[in-house]
Amino acid sequence: MTSVIDVSPARTAFRLTRAFQGLERLVVPALLVAGWEAFARSGVLPPALLPAPSAVLHALGDWVFGFDETTQTYSGHWLRDALASALRVFGGFALASLLGILAGVAIGWSRLFEKTLEPTLQMLRPIPPVSWIPLAIIWFGIADKPAIFLVFLGAFFPVLMNAIHGVKTVDHNLVRAGAMMGANGRQMLTDIVLPAALPSIFAGLRIAVGSAWMLTVTAEMVAVKSGLGYVLWDSYYFLRYDIVLAAMISIGLLGYLSDLGIKAIMARTLRWQQTTTVQGRAG
Amino acid sequence: MAAIELRNIVKVFSDKRRGRDLLTLDNVNLDIEANDFVCLLGPSGCGKSTLLNIIAGFEQATSGRTLVDGKQVERPGSDRGVVFQQPTLMPWLTAIDNIAFHLKLKGVGKAERHHRAMEFIDLVGLRGFEHHHPSEMSGGMNQRVGIARALLMNPSVILMDEPFAALDAQTKLELQEELVAIWQKRRCTIVFVTHSVDEALVLGNKIVVMTKRPGRIREAVNFDLPRPRDITSPEFNDAKRHILSLIREESTRLAQAS
Repeated sequence: MTSVIDVSPARTAFRLTRAFQGLERLVVPALLVAGWEAFARSGVLPPALLPAPSAVLHALGDWVFGFDETTQTYSGHWLRDALASALRVFGGFALASLLGILAGVAIGWSRLFEKTLEPTLQMLRPIPPVSWIPLAIIWFGIADKPAIFLVFLGAFFPVLMNAIHGVKTVDHNLVRAGAMMGANGRQMLTDIVLPAALPSIFAGLRIAVGSAWMLTVTAEMVAVKSGLGYVLWDSYYFLRYDIVLAAMISIGLLGYLSDLGIKAIMARTLRWQQTTTVQGRAG
Repeated sequence: MAAIELRNIVKVFSDKRRGRDLLTLDNVNLDIEANDFVCLLGPSGCGKSTLLNIIAGFEQATSGRTLVDGKQVERPGSDRGVVFQQPTLMPWLTAIDNIAFHLKLKGVGKAERHHRAMEFIDLVGLRGFEHHHPSEMSGGMNQRVGIARALLMNPSVILMDEPFAALDAQTKLELQEELVAIWQKRRCTIVFVTHSVDEALVLGNKIVVMTKRPGRIREAVNFDLPRPRDITSPEFNDAKRHILSLIREESTRLAQAS
């Protein structure tokens, strides 16, 4: 009997604060959703133009699981649509990462590449990726390729810029230390400059994956007939704002997950850095 | 043959923005014998670090010849170990991997690298910290790694550029003692740049006093006080008085010139 009641008050308080610490990050989203639901139900706007969160959730549920065909032809096809978009993101992002890191390191490291390659790339950079759509459609037709091309354009420049920056800002003394220990040109690049530039390169990858999702949806609105962006645009034509919002939520969620994935890889790769950052110290 | 021979070293930095040339080293001649512990002593801006960088191969003299073991210095190399003012370790490598980095560059396998680096971990008293990253260690510990890294290459000379300047007084004393012990044990040639008269007198058996801009060698003082040195002894103070008078003459000369 006694052992059951033997819970110290201090420990209970500690557990309660722990529980609330987990909940505090939910406060703002919960308030927003509750406000939105109340506003939608108040009837100020017709439900078709501003669907309540519950309606959006219903649409999303049917889109994913296909329980009552609220979403008509899309019912139960969420996975297929999400996969179509994700593959485009992955394709364009992978290509952009590879080429962006290669070109960025080359430009940051070698005066020759800086002089020959950089001006052209920097001139292409301010051109909005979306403005390539007409050309992309002519070149690649209406399929995955123009979308991957656009994703590539959106993701390439953040990777490039951050790789250049990372290589250029490598501590000059580390390079000296490497030379002192007998590093040749190739070792200087692979064993010193590249690891030293990694934090900056990862920062570029994180920006790039966000751009990649933005661009794939844009491409799907005009150049492709599948994916989350296509569903979003198609539903707009039929004034199905519940599906439009469900598509927006899906994109946000997948983009967030992609970023989490890169952050996880980054945390593993840059474990040495964790104790030097503000966050590392605080945690 | 001396371990390091500096012949008529002149270094001019061109200040392009102001369209001026700055004479930093003016005809420096110096012989450093093998197993010497030489302290280059001078005020900041006297070109002592520049001289060290020229020996290291990081910078080229405008004219003059730099020979290490009779060979002309053209570029940095592992025959000259450098300990920097800041530890300058690879932040992504652990202490032991930083110390063994030279071996990695030479293609030595990991087990062999770690085996050979352990000797130096012990030498600088870092056992138990071999798998720590630089960010997890204090400034003094990182500088120990920097010293061990230079020693592992078994270089003919070790060049140190005010390596203890950024450390607190107590750590500095500790490391000075340990450096002397290492030097006595391993019989290596050390060139140590410092602006502190006390540090030079505690460490060196030859103290090269440099003049302020343009850098010249004022006097090379031999100082063979037995170790461990008592910094309150009359001999220590005599040497200190002599060196301070050299420095004071120098500042009056500068004051009159200006």
